[in-house]
Amino acid sequence: MNTKFFLLLLALLVSQVSIASPQIQHWTTEKGARVYYVHAPELPMVDISVVFDAGAARDQLLSGTAVLTNAMLDEGAVDLNTDQIAAAFADVGARFSSSAERDMASVGLRSLTEESALQAALALYTKVLTQPSFPESSFKRIQKQILLGFQAEKQSPSALASRAFYKGLYGNHAYATMPAGTEQAVSKLTITDVKQFYQQYYVARNAVVVLVGDLNKSQAQDVAEKVTSGLAAGEAAAKIKPVVDLTQAQTIQIDHPSSQTHILMGQPGMSRSDADYFALYVGNHILGGSGLVSKLSNEIREKRGLSYSTYSYFRPMRDLGPYQFGLQTRNEQADEALKVMQDTLVDFINQGPSEAELIAAKQNITGGFALRVDSNSKIVGYLAMIGFYGLPLDYLETFKVKVNAISTAQIKQAFERRVNPNNMLTVMVGGKAK
Amino acid sequence: MHMLNKFKQGMWLILALPTIVVADVSEFQLENGLKLIVKEDHRAPVAVSQVWYKVGSSYEHNGITGISHQLEHMMFKGTENLGPNEFSQIIAANGGRENAFTGRDYTAYFQTLEKDRIEVSFRLEAERMRKLKIDGAELLKERDVVSEERRMRTDDNPKSLLREAFNATAFVNSPYHHPVIGWMSDINNYEVDDLNDWYQKWYAPNNATVVVVGDVEPQAIYELAQQYFGPLKPEAIATLKPQIEVEQRGLRSIKVKAPAELPYFMMGWKVPVVKTAEISWEPYALEVLAAVLDGGSSARFARQLVRGDEIAASVGAGYGLFSRLQDLFVIAGTPAKGNTVDELKLAVREQLNELKQQVITPQELARVKTQVVANAVYERDSVFYQAMQIGMLDTIGIDWHLGDEYVDNVKLVTAEQVMAVAKKYFIDDSLTEAELVPVSVNKEAEMTGVANEH
Repeated sequence: MNTKFFLLLLALLVSQVSIASPQIQHWTTEKGARVYYVHAPELPMVDISVVFDAGAARDQLLSGTAVLTNAMLDEGAVDLNTDQIAAAFADVGARFSSSAERDMASVGLRSLTEESALQAALALYTKVLTQPSFPESSFKRIQKQILLGFQAEKQSPSALASRAFYKGLYGNHAYATMPAGTEQAVSKLTITDVKQFYQQYYVARNAVVVLVGDLNKSQAQDVAEKVTSGLAAGEAAAKIKPVVDLTQAQTIQIDHPSSQTHILMGQPGMSRSDADYFALYVGNHILGGSGLVSKLSNEIREKRGLSYSTYSYFRPMRDLGPYQFGLQTRNEQADEALKVMQDTLVDFINQGPSEAELIAAKQNITGGFALRVDSNSKIVGYLAMIGFYGLPLDYLETFKVKVNAISTAQIKQAFERRVNPNNMLTVMVGGKAK
Repeated sequence: MHMLNKFKQGMWLILALPTIVVADVSEFQLENGLKLIVKEDHRAPVAVSQVWYKVGSSYEHNGITGISHQLEHMMFKGTENLGPNEFSQIIAANGGRENAFTGRDYTAYFQTLEKDRIEVSFRLEAERMRKLKIDGAELLKERDVVSEERRMRTDDNPKSLLREAFNATAFVNSPYHHPVIGWMSDINNYEVDDLNDWYQKWYAPNNATVVVVGDVEPQAIYELAQQYFGPLKPEAIATLKPQIEVEQRGLRSIKVKAPAELPYFMMGWKVPVVKTAEISWEPYALEVLAAVLDGGSSARFARQLVRGDEIAASVGAGYGLFSRLQDLFVIAGTPAKGNTVDELKLAVREQLNELKQQVITPQELARVKTQVVANAVYERDSVFYQAMQIGMLDTIGIDWHLGDEYVDNVKLVTAEQVMAVAKKYFIDDSLTEAELVPVSVNKEAEMTGVANEH
């Protein structure tokens, strides 16, 4: 770096000002749903998301139940059929959304705050959320589509790799299957399974309500009450059984007629409330979490041109989410690329980060903090995470301080303790080298 | 349909809302020809800075296809004053997010930063606008990176393979014929001189537009731009040949065999876009038509083909009214299990016939317009998207104010106009069809030859 650039950089870093975090307000509805609200009056719109502890981790005998239940909500409610629901949301410019991952199942609404539009959208959203009718014909259609989705997976090396990776990582744990489930299980699902799942998990005490937008506090309170009052109070979901660490290295090779081999490597990583969260997060930022400037990208892409994309990330979940490394490269050089990835990890565990690397990472993470909360939709994501995982309300306010408090020694120590390169799962999907 | 009555009131009220107040946008031009557009958005203490160059794959000729994209990669690999990857390191140290993208009609570079650091972006972008250094060894490595990118995005993705062959069939002499990433044999043969020539030809202040959106003061940004971009020398920019696509005289149809599990098809008709339209309302009528077919879960495709008849697993309509050259209105889909591509195509044709024979209902038209008004509000949740809209329009040679007029132009569309464009443009003589024929993934041993031959 030449002197001019360095001075400029220094001047800019010194002038760094602290950025206020969004003011989060929190309360509990009469039925027991926990509400997280941020007032954002700048645009005449509001985002509402109700998040249930009803993800695929809650699937019992048949995987895919959580996803199918979630997808069925806007298929019918009270006296309305699918077409009527879809048309009514569209007629007021509202967007309904729903999704289910392993932990969370979300039901969302984005609406204008113009009074009549908002009231119409809210009334409909509340019906869909609290009084879905689960029509049999819709169930069969969606079931058929999910089954077709499994077939589509078979033409995607990255989808095949993900499925094998989670299975290898989690064995008998609920995190082991893809949220959509397996062909075998989904074919056996019935509408009764879906209704039971809804009754047990789509309940107020198992819900977090997120509100961000142009509603004042009392409006927000009314909305939160309105959308949850029709839910049964129910009970919060029980704890899921703990994830077990891998005890030995394993490599899974899947043949696929692709020109590239997709490589995933990893092990169970960390949870959202992990004591090592910041040490592991900042450490991984240096190793593989900072895009083009990470060590992995430097070794694999910059120095050797082996892959377009290479990364590592912790995906913190209720329990230990995966610590995942990935790249894709032409079949002939798959072994070479894997070796570089492994060596980069081992080297990082042995050496730890340098002071300069840590400073750069902190500058990147804290210097860009405002970018994390610069839109309503990003704030919605953080509120859902804080509410769902029970993180402290000052999570965003204290984030920079906690990142800045991490030392190179803490990172090295946390990686030595938590990441074991001798017990890695490796999945390789691709063709044989020609 | 009692729901309609219930919500009618709300529907009309929204339509009566005033068009979104146009945010504060300032436009400047430096003496060297660089255009600067600043849009104020003070919701959060951040700003995005984007540099748009008028160059992309539609500027390329055969033999060097994809070179704009390869050059985009090389822009991170060092300049007179920056080592390879140092650009990214400095942005990262300033808490920034950055990347770049190449399209048919543009190449753009962006950084999102806390508002006080836009200077870093300008300083670095000005440096690489005129002082790029392309090193032979770096190019060899980066060519490999791009060929891996191509394998990932296209070669190992059956739908992408089909799309590539489809475009190459629909367009004969228009440069929309070739893929943005380039053909593999072209990628493998770029030389340093090719890249230098391309850079010299297109990367200059008088061929660039800088767009900044965020919590900034326009005059201060203008002064920063003068300071950093002001001293750069302009270049004589070549005038592009028009390369107007020859008239299509009859249906074109291709098949692509690839390792896949599910069939898929694409149909594309040559249609006007805002830039090429002789009748100015037609692109907006096509936009409404696309939304009537595929504007979400209430639109006809979802309602009648995915639900109703359950003949499609998925089916969509795509039309972009902002491009530099004539483009396609595309319908693509996968049949439901138990149905064939031909059955689904027939159902799609019936949908189009209905549009030709009957005007869309007032409810459908009102619904589309309401969604357009609402989306214009929702889009403002992202500073990046706002900058993107301005930069893209300006770079394809359209007054960016048209982005703000978009809502009004859609609101003016009538049901009769939608029927008129359906009749005029959905004709077989300008149709290109492509079908993905799955070759079982497990029988790859039987696969011979190149998948995308046509």
